[in-house]
Amino acid sequence: MERTSLPPIHNVAICGGTHGNELTGVYIVREMQKQKMEKAGSVSITTVETNPRAVAAGRRYTEMDLNRCFTDVLLSSPTTESTPYEVRRAQELNAQLGPKGSAEAVDLLIDLHNTTSNMGLCFIFYSIDWITLHIYKYIENNLSSVPVRAIQLDIPSSEAYSLESVGKHGFAIEVGPQPNGVLRADIFNVVKEALDLTLQWLQKFSSGHSFEGGTVEAYTFVKSVDYPRDSAGKATAVIHQDLQDNDFKLLRSGDPVFQTFSGDILKYEGEDLYPFFVNECAYYEKKIAFHLAQRKTYSFPHISVKND
Amino acid sequence: MSNGSSNNNNTARFDAARRVAIFGGTHGNEMSGVTLVNLWMQNSAEIQRKGLEIKPFITNPKAVEKCVRYVDTDLNRAFTPENLSATGGDELPYEVQRAQEINRMFGPKGSAEAYDVIFDLHNTTSNMGCTLILESSKDAFNLQMMNYIKKALAPASCLVLLNEHPLLKYSTSRSVAKHPVGMEVGPQPQGVLRSNIFEAMRVILKHALDFISLFNEGMEFPPCTVEVFRVLERMDYPRDANGNIIAMVHPNLQDCDWEPLNPGDPMFQTFDGKSIHYQGSSTVYPTFINEAAYYEKQQAFVTTRRETLAASAIRKA
Repeated sequence: MERTSLPPIHNVAICGGTHGNELTGVYIVREMQKQKMEKAGSVSITTVETNPRAVAAGRRYTEMDLNRCFTDVLLSSPTTESTPYEVRRAQELNAQLGPKGSAEAVDLLIDLHNTTSNMGLCFIFYSIDWITLHIYKYIENNLSSVPVRAIQLDIPSSEAYSLESVGKHGFAIEVGPQPNGVLRADIFNVVKEALDLTLQWLQKFSSGHSFEGGTVEAYTFVKSVDYPRDSAGKATAVIHQDLQDNDFKLLRSGDPVFQTFSGDILKYEGEDLYPFFVNECAYYEKKIAFHLAQRKTYSFPHISVKND
Repeated sequence: MSNGSSNNNNTARFDAARRVAIFGGTHGNEMSGVTLVNLWMQNSAEIQRKGLEIKPFITNPKAVEKCVRYVDTDLNRAFTPENLSATGGDELPYEVQRAQEINRMFGPKGSAEAYDVIFDLHNTTSNMGCTLILESSKDAFNLQMMNYIKKALAPASCLVLLNEHPLLKYSTSRSVAKHPVGMEVGPQPQGVLRSNIFEAMRVILKHALDFISLFNEGMEFPPCTVEVFRVLERMDYPRDANGNIIAMVHPNLQDCDWEPLNPGDPMFQTFDGKSIHYQGSSTVYPTFINEAAYYEKQQAFVTTRRETLAASAIRKA
């Protein structure tokens, strides 16, 4: 089995409140700050409430979705009086936790999110990264209270628009279903457990432990599907009850996906794919009813930390 | 005659209910009502009944447009006598202006010209299922309607929440009518439209309109009893000196609306994992457990007690 040695992870940033109404991350970060969780073994921990204005307002964002502001273009754009708050905030966060793509960037950035979709716990990452896959595998093996899945978005780093792309390694932990503005204890507890396991893994890795390679099944984004709309742009249907809450259940041609308000059933046509982010509240304005993914298997090598 | 009058047989007589309104979007992010009312404003065939004027109406269009609960202040708390008589025109908070407009169109509240019935459609993030909200235990017309709806939906559940508490009751949009009926269906996240919740609300309304139709045609509804959950007490989250919550609804209580909460049962869980237990002296029935909109109103859930109300027979005058 291939063995790879990787540079150490000296520091990790744990972020919450990137969307101000996704409450688990907000309260996890506050609790970690209250407990002064600044170190896990030799790994130093930074916790950040990334969009405090949105959190205070109980909104996803104030002017613009912060988690779309981390492209190279937006991070380097000059700021004026009319620059949206979230663009300025992204540049501040890039200075604090990055700069993205540089040697100074935090080694690992974890961004905490919630979804109204029935997705359980998902790791969302851009590229296939051995550290991320190992942490994912470790959590998948040790967390039994919810389904744990991996989602891969195939976007090159310069176009990567979300916060976790600022770290040398990064991933989002997305947990649902939880309504905006609601804090569920069961979800809080699961995310806390996932973070404890992550910090455990990082400590083991730092202290020289080697981790067996293996394979991971990840869902790779293919395309999104919008609601059917009328000529005025208003949605004319709702997600069909057979699809509602059935994220990651294979969708085949002929399966019902929408029910119009007049009662007609609209069926899916296309290749067999896996739906996710089914009926995510924040995506109505982005014209997304659900995403579709392929499932791919990735193998990853045996790893251990490279001794400096 | 809004309160009904009894004859020798103790049948309360009410005038036919000729003017009925269906309110959606009182909270702009509670999507079932917004969607249903918009649908019916385009095509009212489904809600038409003979001899009945039924007006679907979006009460808070600005909030609906922004998909927020409210713009300046909660419309469903705004129908106080002070607000309804306030002067100031455009300077008033948006929802106070709306309340005055709604009171002109569907009221005036408390007068003979007010609409007979208003159904106000709401969603909640709480696991309350289908709930009808009653504001007065003495409204025989409403009690009979709710009895009819419950029987029509059975075995599917539809519970009645009675909020007559002198301190906790509030001035709702629907309170402009002689017979206000709240319809609350959950769980549904704010801003999300779920097909099962949407369909449930549609069916409840169908039965409600059928009842009014039958009543107007002269059907007598015999005396009945209705089980209700009467609001007792608002329970807030434990908070620190700055008002921040320091605990969450306990996993054992989460989603357990309408189930008994006994003294000593877990109620909240702190962020570091400790349980806080219910200290009341008797069993209560909690509801509105973990409603998103109530964090700012200092409410984690309300406690209720079960009661059986008796309603006299009713018949059109």
